[in-house]
Amino acid sequence: MHNEHSDTHFQTRIDNGEHIEAKDYMPENYRKHLIRQMSQHAHSEVIGMQPEGNWITRAPSLRAKQILLAKIQDEGGHGLYLYSAAETLGVSRVEFIQQLQSGKAKYSSIFNYPALNWADVGAIGWLVDGAAIVNQVSLQRTSYGPYSRAMVRICKEESFHQRQGYEIMAKMMKGTKDQQAMAQDAMNRWWWPALMMFGPHDTDSPHSSDAVKWKIKRETNDELRQKFIDKTIPQAELIGLTVPDDKIKLDEKTGHYKIGPINWDEFYRVIAGNGPCNKQRLDHHIKFHEEGSWVRDAAVAYKQKHSTKELQTV
Amino acid sequence: MSLDTQLDLWEVFIQSKSGLPYIHAGSVHASDNKMALQNARDIYTRRGEGTSIWVMPSKYIVASNPDDNDMLFDPSNDKVYRHPTFYVMPEGAKNI
Ligand SMILES: [Fe+2]
Ligand SMILES: [Fe+2]
Repeated sequence: MHNEHSDTHFQTRIDNGEHIEAKDYMPENYRKHLIRQMSQHAHSEVIGMQPEGNWITRAPSLRAKQILLAKIQDEGGHGLYLYSAAETLGVSRVEFIQQLQSGKAKYSSIFNYPALNWADVGAIGWLVDGAAIVNQVSLQRTSYGPYSRAMVRICKEESFHQRQGYEIMAKMMKGTKDQQAMAQDAMNRWWWPALMMFGPHDTDSPHSSDAVKWKIKRETNDELRQKFIDKTIPQAELIGLTVPDDKIKLDEKTGHYKIGPINWDEFYRVIAGNGPCNKQRLDHHIKFHEEGSWVRDAAVAYKQKHSTKELQTV
Repeated sequence: MSLDTQLDLWEVFIQSKSGLPYIHAGSVHASDNKMALQNARDIYTRRGEGTSIWVMPSKYIVASNPDDNDMLFDPSNDKVYRHPTFYVMPEGAKNI
């Protein structure tokens, strides 16, 4: 008889394409990897609300404001789907929030860059959500059931995010010289950080091989990055934007674009906490979490009052 | 800082159209029935995903243990008489 609590049996299930559910046996490192990746993903959705939230009150039209509000509300929802899914691994929401606020848990470094003007809102939707989508589409087939289901739900909502961003960029590129320059400037600042969102090259990626073996990751960092590059360069060209990389070349044989070298020093500098907005993002999260504590206290007080009443009527 | 709490955990089930089964969508945190329903609405049905929602405290869900799967979900292939093809119908019988 097979032993259901062995790593070999677990790997056989993975190899057979089965999903792993919360109560199933899983190796401790599989659980750890998921807790790290899923909570990091959840934190990214939530922290990612900040750079765009900065522009709600200054959106250039009522239409733009409504769209931005709906998009940011979605991102909050994505954070909640992912926290719920991650909690099935036995870590509480309070612990996740503490890990974020103490700096122990990371979130995507991209959100440590500021959204300086309206063109940045376009660039974020088009490039940052665009890169996130490539990753999330792939993660729909991840081996952990609750994570996979959350990804399916998220992907349904994401395509509007990318399209609204691209629409902003396309509109600006049809506008005045100043607007075109703003759009190009945003492109110049967001292009490389967006490529870095996929993480280090496969040869330098410390967690990649286990994650691929366990089918947590279905494609490697470099494979996903290439997909994004191939999709995005023609979109940039179509609206007259220049990709800020003079080494870009289309390989006619493979149909893939080759890009110049990525500046990984900057990537590690931002991860280490020295990006333009690291401190601001966490301070903001902590401030609003603390200022909201009276709401949680009131909810609990209401519940307690309510449940004593219920007992008395029995 | 005041005592922090994550409130209670609730499971959310959504019926996408009348007549269809309620399907598990995920979970929410809430302190009471009303908040659980409201949070489930806001988090899981922003785009017409449902026409009806059930929420229930997660602590009341009883789940089978994956270790018992072999026993619980044995297809009982030896009980062939559970299938209609097991029975011999008289020659010429129609609509049965
Ligand atoms: Fe998202
Ligand atoms: Fe998004």
